[in-house]
Amino acid sequence: MNRRIVLSLALSASIAVPLAAHAQGALDDVMAKKTISIAIPTDFPPYGFVGIDLKPQGLDIDMANYIGSKLGVKVELLPVTTANRIPYLQTKKAHLVISTLGKNPERSKVIDFTAAYSPFFQGVYGAKAIAVKSFADLKGKTVGVTRGAIEDMELTKLVPEGTNIRRFEDNAATISAFVSGQVQLLATGASVAGNMMQRNPRLDAEYKLLIKDSPNFIGVGKGEDKLRLKVNEIIAAARAAGDLDRMAQKWLGRPAGNLPQ
Amino acid sequence: MIALDFLAVLKDWPLLVQGLATTAALTVVSATIGIALGVVCAWARINGTGVLRVVVGSYVELIRNTPFIVQLFFIFFGLPGVGVKLSPEGASVLAMVINMGAYSAEIVRAGLEATPRGQIEAGQSLALRPAEVFLHIVLPPALARVWPAISGQVVIVMLGSAVCGQIATHELSYFANLIQSRNFRAFEAYIIATLLYLGLAVCLRGLLGAAGRRWLRVR
Repeated sequence: MNRRIVLSLALSASIAVPLAAHAQGALDDVMAKKTISIAIPTDFPPYGFVGIDLKPQGLDIDMANYIGSKLGVKVELLPVTTANRIPYLQTKKAHLVISTLGKNPERSKVIDFTAAYSPFFQGVYGAKAIAVKSFADLKGKTVGVTRGAIEDMELTKLVPEGTNIRRFEDNAATISAFVSGQVQLLATGASVAGNMMQRNPRLDAEYKLLIKDSPNFIGVGKGEDKLRLKVNEIIAAARAAGDLDRMAQKWLGRPAGNLPQ
Repeated sequence: MIALDFLAVLKDWPLLVQGLATTAALTVVSATIGIALGVVCAWARINGTGVLRVVVGSYVELIRNTPFIVQLFFIFFGLPGVGVKLSPEGASVLAMVINMGAYSAEIVRAGLEATPRGQIEAGQSLALRPAEVFLHIVLPPALARVWPAISGQVVIVMLGSAVCGQIATHELSYFANLIQSRNFRAFEAYIIATLLYLGLAVCLRGLLGAAGRRWLRVR
């Protein structure tokens, strides 16, 4: 038992040392190789998914290509999952992670974050024909939501008395209820809603109300300040030029809005 | 050792009471209409014309050989595709009636077929019309014979209504699920739901037994 601990400590030390030695080197590495490796999602529409041509596409992919073009280097896209996207950064397989990454204190201990580049949010969706301007307008309407999800908790606090919230077992049932017309409105995450709208254009659904915001940040290796500041510059310029809004509008159906720095 | 905290669940008692009431109401409505449907189907399977017999037979076999939750989803998620949009409660009652109808058709048919030939002939010799023979002479003793089986089926349909919460019908399981998704007291919530279902089933059996003795002279 003891020997195992010693061994694993020795191993992790031997990994940690070269990492520390290479800190700050990411931007130089990118410029030298003329290629940037970016971890992107492929299972998270509309942020990242595989199209019928089997090529990754989505907001995160657009953002990755955008950063590559601003740096003037080639982009190597690395498909990752929710669980392994941070390890890709820690093991230097990727220079950046652009993968609907939310910022929280636990993650901040192991990686650094740039400014936010895109919104992620739970919202209320419905057909264009139905008039919903505020939560007060939900009175007397039926809203489908997945029981126990963040949007269920938040929506329950926000809606007026007399709103008919119908809670379903999982996202699939909630979406079925909306697509089949059993509920007039749908409360769900931007990703699920984006996927639903993309597959059901005949519903003519649109984004109506914001339930909760939790924007996405780009992850960089711990201590890679040079790269982080460079990406921050690109994000700030993209925001000023309206490119962030354009990307959000294209994939999410709403502008990026006020993203935290 | 698990620390159980029943109070965390029981403080939402108004939801549990509402769920219990909905489950009871769903059961009463769908059992009443379902048994009536079952009697009609049983009559049709014995006395109907060839076409009617095939139609009713197909209905009974289709329902008895497919899962209830699939029937429910078909009604709630499928029928809107052809323009029939029902509320969760409406879809639940319809699914339960259709289900109860098919099962009770077979139960009642067994009772009808056990009617002694002489009893029917006695009715006919009194110059009663066929409908009167069926309603006054054949049906009551037939129902009395199979009443325990019908009572059991009603309880099964009541317990089956637990899946109606999946389409957001506000019945007992729906609220048990809702409560546990809010306070993460799943074990306690389901223990309480189980006890409430058990109590409801015992009451239901008692009431059905009393009704049988009172109106059908079940011994």
